[in-house]
Amino acid sequence: MKPESRLRKVLTAGQFAVTAECGPPKGADPEAVRRKGNLLKGFVDSVNVTDNQTGVVRLSSLASCAILREEDLDPVLQMVTRDRNRIALQSDVLGASALGIRNILCLSGDHQSFGNQPEAKGVFDIDSTQFIRLVRQMRDEGTILGGDKLTLPPELFIGAVENPFADPRSYRARRLEKKASAGAEFIQTQCIYNLPYFKEWMKEVRDLGVDTKVFILGGVTPLKSVKMAEYMAKNVAGMDIPAEIIDRLKGVPSGEQKKEGLKICIETIRELREVEGVRGVHIMAIEWEEAVAQIVEGAQLLPRPAV
Amino acid sequence: MITAERKPLPEIKESISPYKKILIVGCGTCVAECASGGEKEVALLASALRMDAKKEGRDIEVREITLDRQCVYEFIDQLTALVDQYDAILSLGCGAGVQAVAEVFPKIHIIPALNTTFLAQTKEAGLWLENCRGCGDCKLDYFADVCPITRCAKGLFNGPCGGSKGGNCEVDPETPCAWHLIVTRLEESGRLGKLAPVYPPANWSKKEGKGPRKIVREDQRH
Repeated sequence: MKPESRLRKVLTAGQFAVTAECGPPKGADPEAVRRKGNLLKGFVDSVNVTDNQTGVVRLSSLASCAILREEDLDPVLQMVTRDRNRIALQSDVLGASALGIRNILCLSGDHQSFGNQPEAKGVFDIDSTQFIRLVRQMRDEGTILGGDKLTLPPELFIGAVENPFADPRSYRARRLEKKASAGAEFIQTQCIYNLPYFKEWMKEVRDLGVDTKVFILGGVTPLKSVKMAEYMAKNVAGMDIPAEIIDRLKGVPSGEQKKEGLKICIETIRELREVEGVRGVHIMAIEWEEAVAQIVEGAQLLPRPAV
Repeated sequence: MITAERKPLPEIKESISPYKKILIVGCGTCVAECASGGEKEVALLASALRMDAKKEGRDIEVREITLDRQCVYEFIDQLTALVDQYDAILSLGCGAGVQAVAEVFPKIHIIPALNTTFLAQTKEAGLWLENCRGCGDCKLDYFADVCPITRCAKGLFNGPCGGSKGGNCEVDPETPCAWHLIVTRLEESGRLGKLAPVYPPANWSKKEGKGPRKIVREDQRH
């Protein structure tokens, strides 16, 4: 059967989409990818595979996506411009499509200094916005940069990310608009903990009319503990975890914090569903893929629609 | 200017260890301005090496000379009468200076004493900031006179990444986020609309080209 993007079909059918993140292993272990993928099967529409996130070397995103495709999942290939120049990016975009991968998420990537190869040369030949436009050109016009024709254009549903909580905040909705005009079709946001602020940002996004141009999926990450919440709030730039959330976790015994974290996550999804312009949720359960089923079930997002 | 920092003394000592007679050559231009390779720094390094040799009971001869510019033949020529008397030249020029001297004197070992770093502005006494990568295609006018290629850790062309916090860069929180500066400057002058179109991929051939770049100016050749 000809592969299609399930994510695109769910979103265009007007259904509330559910995606989750799958981090590849730090080794050449295809079974680890299958295991993680199968934990998500039936609970989500599509599975994002991170591309050497935080600059730490892992099994390639492209290979992992091909493995997930074999498992009959709909992978979202995350691809960063940190590690590839325009030659490699365009080549991998073609490779992804040839392997039956139908979704791509275009990012710049975490800076190499954060990872386990801090002496690496960051490529950054093009940026994420230019990459979005490039994939769109390859798909819709069947050409590469410089104008050479492709024998067969790639078939990809094109996504981008946005962090409403980073600075300068006044520019964040405009930045999303720019990614939409570059050709992004869906957006997955940074983890949302500060809902009141997220709602304000969504209003700005709606005022610009961007919510009608792209499908916006709100990002969530279940917190496992007070320690994790405090670490993220302090050390992850552009992460906004309000004190009330941390206090709420502190209010329960340490053995119960995971459960409370899941509860907060589920409540966030329920509220996100009510926000005009939010068309789905992206669950990033970092090294806790087992939690996704509980979250999706708790948020009453089952069964996933047949499309 | 071009900035540089002196290599640590143990590294310099190691590199000159096979030699007894050493000519230390400074440069009076950029590296003098950034206090790494001018006359004063040459004198400091020479005394450090002499003292060190004396302490360890080694016998070395060190002579000091500082050229106005180590990257220009007319000035390098001042060394012609001296080089034969020495085993090695320890250069306190930038990388361009070291290579220019080496080209003129292929028979003598030229050793760099500096690590050449970047193109900078002197922000204040003792503080130099990198603000140009010499890309060969200046678009500062478009970016409110803040170079994103140099001053954004990811060299982004279309707005800030998701890690800008409090106006600073997530990669080095002591460095201002270039995109925060660009957006603020354009906002304050009512020119933010300038950023709306997607900025196209850069033409890196002006930087990477066919290897090392050169400028040929017929009007300057005689």
